[in-house]
Formats: sequence, C-alpha cells, structure tokens
Amino acid sequence: MSEITRKGHAQEPFIRISKRGDEMPVWKAWGIRVIGLILALIVSAIVIYAIVKLNPLKIYVSMWQGAFGTSKRTWVTVRDTMTLLCIACALAPAFAMRFWNVGAEGQVLVGGIATAACMIYFKSLPLPLLFLVMIIASIVAGGIWGLIPGFFKARWNTNETLFTLMMNYIAIQLTAFFVATWENPKGSNSVGVINRQTKVGWLPNLFSEGYNTDFGWNVIIVLLVATLVLIYLRQTKHGYEISVVGDSENTARYAGIRVKRVYIRTMALSGAIAGLAGFLAVSGASHTISTQTAGGRGFTAIIVAWLSRMNTYVMLVFAALIVFLDKGATEIASSFGMNEYVSQIISGIILFFVLGSEFFVNYRVKFRGAKTGGADK
Amino acid sequence: MITLLHSAIVFGTVILFGALGEIISEKAGNLNLGVPGVMYLGAIAGLVGVFFYELGTPNPIPIVCILIALVCSFAASALGGLVYSFLTITLRCNQNVTGLTLTIFGSGVANFFGGSLNKLAGGVGQVSVPVTSGAFRKYIPALASIGGEKSIGYLLFSYGFMAYAAIILAILIHFYLKKTRSGLNLRAVGENPATADAAGINVTKYKYLATCIGAGISGFGGLYYTMDYIGGTWANDGTIEALGWLAVALVIFATWRSLNAIWGAYLFGVCYWMYLYIPGLQRRSLELFKMIPYVVTLLLLVFVSMRRRKEDQPPAGLGLPYFREER
Repeated sequence: MSEITRKGHAQEPFIRISKRGDEMPVWKAWGIRVIGLILALIVSAIVIYAIVKLNPLKIYVSMWQGAFGTSKRTWVTVRDTMTLLCIACALAPAFAMRFWNVGAEGQVLVGGIATAACMIYFKSLPLPLLFLVMIIASIVAGGIWGLIPGFFKARWNTNETLFTLMMNYIAIQLTAFFVATWENPKGSNSVGVINRQTKVGWLPNLFSEGYNTDFGWNVIIVLLVATLVLIYLRQTKHGYEISVVGDSENTARYAGIRVKRVYIRTMALSGAIAGLAGFLAVSGASHTISTQTAGGRGFTAIIVAWLSRMNTYVMLVFAALIVFLDKGATEIASSFGMNEYVSQIISGIILFFVLGSEFFVNYRVKFRGAKTGGADK
Repeated sequence: MITLLHSAIVFGTVILFGALGEIISEKAGNLNLGVPGVMYLGAIAGLVGVFFYELGTPNPIPIVCILIALVCSFAASALGGLVYSFLTITLRCNQNVTGLTLTIFGSGVANFFGGSLNKLAGGVGQVSVPVTSGAFRKYIPALASIGGEKSIGYLLFSYGFMAYAAIILAILIHFYLKKTRSGLNLRAVGENPATADAAGINVTKYKYLATCIGAGISGFGGLYYTMDYIGGTWANDGTIEALGWLAVALVIFATWRSLNAIWGAYLFGVCYWMYLYIPGLQRRSLELFKMIPYVVTLLLLVFVSMRRRKEDQPPAGLGLPYFREER
C-alpha cells in the first residue's frame, strides 16, 4: 500500500467521520443508546469485580432490592426521581435557548431556604394558605436567582456558565448562614426536622392519612410541571422564540424577536421551576434545610436534561435510571460492606458511555476500504 | 497578619495548580468543568501509590516517595483528561456535560478508594503516609528563620517545594503561551480552530495534549492538598470539590493569564481565611464571609464583560467542539 501512495499524495485516512444527513429513525437511535448502556453496565461489572471480587450479577440484584425492595423504598425512589426530574425540567427552557444554566444547585437551595423560612415563620397560617405562600415564595426566590445571570447575559453578554457556577456557591454559603441562624438545637449546626411535632408545612400523603408513606403529591406536581414545560417549549410562541434564539441569536434579532427579553424571561422561568424543586425537597421530602438539600442534583440534572434533548418525558427515564443507581449503590454499600461512593463511579461510567453513544447517533463512521454505506458503530 | 498570609499562600497553592492546568486547557478551547474530578483523581492516585510503597518498604526513601506520588498523580489525572478529550474532541460530546460527568466520576473514584483504603490494606487504622508527607512539607529551617520567629523568612521560605514549583510553573506557562511558536499555535486553536486548521496546525493533537497535560497539572493541586495541606491522609468531606470550583473561578479572575493567577490565588486564600482574623464574628456571619471569593469573582466577571477589552475575554472558541466538515 505504502509503495503505491507517493509522497504528497494524500492517503485515504483510516477512519472517516461524516455527519448524518438524514435524521436517524427513532428506534435505531434508541438502539444505539441501549447498546451504550449495556456496554456501560458490562464495564461497571468488570470494575466492581476487579475491586471486590464479588459476582456482579448478585450486585445488580441487590441494587434492585435497594431501590424497589419494599414499598417504602419504592416510594422514596419515586420521590427522588421526581425531584431530579423537576430540576431537569427547570433546565430544559434554558438549554433549549443554549443558555448553560449550571446554577440549578443554587436555585434549588434558595427555593428551599424560602420554603423553610415559611415553615418556620408562618406556621400559624391556615394550611392551604401556608402551602400557597410556600410555593410562591420558593418560585420567586428561585426565579430571582435565575434572573440575575439572565439579566447580565442579556445586558453585557456575561459568560453564563461561569456566572451561574459562582451563584451556586453564594447560595451554598447563604444556606449555611440560615442554617446557623435557625439551628435547632443550639450548637448542632443543623436545622433539624422543622415542625417535628405539628408537621405544619409538610406535604401530606395523597392516598392515605399521615405523612411520609406515599409521595403522591410530589408525583402529581412534577408530572404537571413536566407536561406544562413540554407544551411551553413545543406549542407556544415563547417556546418558538426560545428555540430560534438557541439556534442563532442573529437570526432571532432579524426576525424581530427581543432577544434580551427572551433571555431574562426564560432564565427567570428556569430558576422558578428549580425553586419549586427546592420546595419539593424541603416540604415534600427532607423537612429540613442544609447545604446538602440540593446534594449535587443540580449538576446531575444537567446531564439528565441534555441527554433527553429537552424532552421532559424522556427525562423521566434518565432521572429514574440515575436515582435507581444511587439507591442501589447505597444498598450494596451496606450489604457488601462497600463504600457508598461506588454509586458515583457507576453513574460516571454509565454517563460516559451514554454521552459517547450520542456520537454514533449523530455521525457516520467509515473505515478505509469499506464500501458505501459503511459501518455503523 | 503573617500567619494569615502564610495560610493564604498554602491555600492558594492548591487552587493555583488547579487553575494553571485549566488555563492551558481553556486556551486550547476546552472548558473542562471536570477540574474538581481531576483534582480528586490526582489526590487519590498519589496517596494510594505512596501508601502501598510505604506499607511495603521498611525504610521508605523520601525522594522515591515524592517521585511515586508525582508520577501516579500526574498519570491518573491526565488519564481523566484523556477520557474527557476523547469524548469531547473525538466524539464531539458537549463539553459542559462531559466535564460535570468527569467531576462525578472523579469524586466517586477518589472517595471510594479514600474511604476503603484502610480496609483494602487489611485494617491499619488511620491512613497516613508520614514519610512522604514529611518530604512534601520539608523546607530549609535556616532560611525560614530569617528575621526571627514568624517574620520575613517564615513568610517566604517555610513551604514545601510544590508551593515554589507552582510559581515557577505559572511563569513557564506564561512564557510558553506568549513567547513560543507552539504556544501561539495553542492559542490559535482556542481562538479559532478552523483558521488554525487551515494554517496547517494539527488541531486535534493540540487539543488532546493541552487538555491531558492541563489535567495532569490540575491533579497536582489535589496532590498538594492531600500531602501538604492536610498532612498525608484522606478526608471524605468534599473540600477538594469546592476547591476545584474555586480553581475554575480563579481562571476567570486571572483573565486567562497564568501570572495573574499567582497573586489571584493568594488573594483568594486571604479572602478564605480572613474570617479567622476578624474579632467578634458570630458563626452565621462567618458563613457570609466565606462567600467573598465567589462574590469577588462574580463582580470581576461582570466587570470584564462590561469593559469588553479584547485581551480580557475568554478564548473565542471556548466550549465549542470542532468538526472540520461543519462550516
């Protein structure tokens, strides 16, 4: 071969990559993603085996037990999936606009602070009114937290990724400040469960009396949000403006869209929904506030939203997958005497593979010598 | 005052390494949000490497310890950078998402091994690497005592070698980026990959090398943290992650210039430790004080974007994947 190719004569590269011209059929795209997922599970299994020398299948079974073993566990898994889904829904409008809001962590926290404040200061209000105040407060707080980077992006084109990242840490310190203010008992450096006896401001069960045995309200609220966001993005004028701005700011400007207004409005909305997720995390789940209330989910949600291509129903699948991994890993940590951080390793590996498989959905790979049509993956 | 500056410099060194690595990577157009993960990888790999060496050898030699730590740390974090590079450069994944995933993965790996290191080694109690940590913290007492107890000599000469290495590295990076042909190429790749490609620069190679070497350097920040800052042990408290994000902030603060990063890092250190030296602070107001480095960075970010000076802007191609056939 090398004798034939003379110097200065470009040899055909070993691998050629080209963008797929036509949209791939949906089933094929999902097939590739599932293959990626299976590869990821195999690699994770090898990693697990290398570390602990335990049968990986047994570990996966145990993970299932951890996530869905009892009805309580199932509900907790569902609850956490819903919180993660809510945060991902919050990110969808911003991402559709190509606005890299990595500040969901902070927006959730300020929403949580607002909710906790209402639970502490307004506990004498009648319950329905209290819930209304809590929800509005969390939405407003998150909305403001989202609006600030949106405003600076619109006005001075300040880099939003870095801006929202910094806002997270400001929110974390703000939370630490309020934790120190509200700490109970004194000196514990935690707020403790708010209204432990009266349970004022706790989101009640939907299907039965009492608290904490089902999380039906969380499901209803989040599915409603997911549906509304999807409609907003796909069917409304605002949603259309967002997608035009996302494709090309200049096109949007020529078309007479007020780009600045779209930036600010969309980021306020994005922050507001994240704030609502903060309400769910405090009133609907932990009943307390700490710097761990968002617990990195603001970042995980970014991956969920991105992989789902801003489709809120697809997000449900990815959110469930990640929460399942997390719950399962906590279980194997305790039953096999491993350390719970193994869940982060597995999530990391799986996300790497799923991210990588997107490439094969969007691009065609041809090997040298292959005839037209080439090899897909 | 001297103690404040001293702890600020120790603190600053951690994030200075992180930021220097990130500057190289961002100059080549790769916004690697995996810095915290990479610092975690560097920290744990260095620790694990030396831990087993010290465990298996009756009389560990300090210089070998240092070499093992440096090599393991660099290799692990560069490997993290390689995964990131492969996904973002070859497979053209989104950089933000890939970086965040790398952070999740890195902190998982590090905390997993950090937490179970004791168990893997067969239960030796508290994980510690006294010889290595001692070697990392070694300084010349004669120089450090110039001017008496806790004065000039202490302020200038009482750190482990890595604190000075960081400063030298910052100067070297400055010269590399500003004065060499290859540094110019690197910046061209970050500003406008298509033009760089047309000029015959191998964009893929530059991006890969910059990201991997940058990740390796960031990893040293994690290594310095475990070996010197907390004295050769492991703490599962997420501090490295917070420091990693501060390193990302420092890159902006330094407006992508490695020389600015030096004093910026120490300034961050002062901001971080200042609360200890303000009398009569309640714990809650202390939490507000810890906000300062982030608020300062934010203000600077806004200020830079308002002034719109060309030299202070992020590399134009930052965060964008490059695909030759897509014009």
